[in-house]
Amino acid sequence: MTEAAMIEERPVLEQAPPHAVLTEDEAQEKRRRETILYLDGVSVSFDGFKAINNLSFLLGKGEMRAIIGPNGAGKTTMMDIITGKTRPDEGEVFFDGAVDLTKHDEPAIATMGIGRKFQKPTVFEGHTVEDNLALALSGSRSIFASIFHHRDAEEENRITEILETTRLSHLRHSSAANLSHGQKQWLEIGMLLAQDPKVLLVDEPVAGMTDAETAETARLLRDIAKDHSVVVVEHDMGFVRDLGVKVTCLHEGSVLSEGSIDHVSSDPKVVEVYLGR
Amino acid sequence: MIVGHLLRGGLNRWIVLSLAIILTIGVAIPALNLLLPWNHPLHVPTYIVALFGKYLCYALLALSLDLVWGYVGILSLGHGAFFALGGYAMGMYLMRQIGSRGVYGDPILPDFMVFLNWKELPWFWYGFDQFWFAALMVMIVPGLLAFVFGWFAFRSRVTGVYLSIITQAMTYALMLAFFRNNMGFGGNNGLTDFKDILGFSVQAGETRGALFFASAIALALGVLFVSALGASRYGKLMIAVRDAEARTRFIGYRPEYVKLFAFVASAVMAGIAGALYVPQVGIINPGEFAPANSIEVVVWTAVGGRGTIIGPIIGAILVNAGKSWLTGFAPEFWLFALGGLFVAVTLFLPKGIVGTAIDGWDGLRRMRESRRRERGEDETMTGHQPEAAE
Repeated sequence: MTEAAMIEERPVLEQAPPHAVLTEDEAQEKRRRETILYLDGVSVSFDGFKAINNLSFLLGKGEMRAIIGPNGAGKTTMMDIITGKTRPDEGEVFFDGAVDLTKHDEPAIATMGIGRKFQKPTVFEGHTVEDNLALALSGSRSIFASIFHHRDAEEENRITEILETTRLSHLRHSSAANLSHGQKQWLEIGMLLAQDPKVLLVDEPVAGMTDAETAETARLLRDIAKDHSVVVVEHDMGFVRDLGVKVTCLHEGSVLSEGSIDHVSSDPKVVEVYLGR
Repeated sequence: MIVGHLLRGGLNRWIVLSLAIILTIGVAIPALNLLLPWNHPLHVPTYIVALFGKYLCYALLALSLDLVWGYVGILSLGHGAFFALGGYAMGMYLMRQIGSRGVYGDPILPDFMVFLNWKELPWFWYGFDQFWFAALMVMIVPGLLAFVFGWFAFRSRVTGVYLSIITQAMTYALMLAFFRNNMGFGGNNGLTDFKDILGFSVQAGETRGALFFASAIALALGVLFVSALGASRYGKLMIAVRDAEARTRFIGYRPEYVKLFAFVASAVMAGIAGALYVPQVGIINPGEFAPANSIEVVVWTAVGGRGTIIGPIIGAILVNAGKSWLTGFAPEFWLFALGGLFVAVTLFLPKGIVGTAIDGWDGLRRMRESRRRERGEDETMTGHQPEAAE
């Protein structure tokens, strides 16, 4: 890879002339305020391997974005950083324009309104589908509240609603362990909805799904994107095209290309590293 | 009110049945011992009362371990420590009730302190002449230790085998500490020669009967507590933490607090079990902290079935009955039998006796239901789904 490929258009602050620093700062601040997710100059390395390298990524309020990239491009690590699982070595990570995410841990970030679906679907297999959703439902996370909690009609309705959205109504009382792979994916998306987050990070939602299920999931995500900000990581280019949103291609921990699906998929750099040579 | 809230939906018929059995035993055994003449065929000899009273305390201890191991997945290999601490708190009360009836006749100092030439009571023995204070300490001391230990261990995200090892180290360290004479807990010999509890002689048949009944009540309350907790949203959270701890973080829960609450509640239960145990066996010594004791509790729970409520109780009683029987004629084989039992249960009954029984029962019911459906009777039972086991 050429050096040029990894350099983003954002100017580096230290190199700006002194008289321009203030305005540059202000401009940056203003740009930050308008985002729901703001990553700037983020780097993280594991044992010397740079998983994320000076990554900058902006997500506007209400925007849906698809992220593509080869294995090891840093897609999952980026989500780890946003959700507080991994601390970046350097760089800024802001939520909703003002909250510094590097200062919070996973439960705090989750309750602020960032929900995450994992690459490998992880649901609570010891519980029924209904109980999985009930645990994810937004509300108090305190231990004592959970001891004395009694599910009310409103929560019951929310669960019913989410079951319908994710087409799992008929499996309401089944154990989550008995779901098919695709159903587990949907249950996890349902759990995301139950949390009622502002941003949804969805890691490979259609892995292992049939074509019909994939199309159904695209419909579901477009539906969700109407009133949420969404980041979708996916390898399936047909699915990404179906979503019809702006695409970011990551490579070796930084942004390789960004724009419409047609722009990105015809970008020679992307073609070389990802789509096949 | 709180109990009522906790109980909503928490009582299934198995729990009601086991509560009834525990309470019946709690009344019947002392009654058959005290009310019938010794030559009556239904008379229960006093040694049986003492033996079963001990079993009831062990059952409560096993249930407390089940709360952390079965529900939250914390394999504690140091639960005997909480049991022993509860026992020591009760022992200290019983020591101070001896008063001037000790061998050395000192009105304040227990015999072992006089023997060590101590001139005054150490500060941590203050208050133990009062029953209410001792009863409070029975719960507070184990609870506090569990809180401090759990706070550091769970927040540092120590899990699995590492956590088990440090719980084992904890009870071992306490054992070494309590063996030392200058700790002020009677050293090697521990606390013994008890005379009175609440003004009644600990040797009297009526007192033994009352202690037996109290143990049954404590066990019943423990069953009620664990089943209510298990049925609450917190109960579901415990299972969630056990099965996918990391996932709970990403929906906003703090698994370290989920674990901490269960660990502290469990330690308090174990402390109460220890406190009821000591007056019935008449002694508490540092041997109770021995790591092997804590491991035995794990075996009882595994044999009965972890994650079930009745399982650990049955396991504790069966294994201890087996122990009493075997040590009667071949004490040297007991440890082999215990080890063999653990291996056998792990290999052939991984869910324990009760867990396997529940699975069998559910399978039978499902089979019957599907057979009924085949006969075209499914309209009558639409929408009905089997409840989650226990």
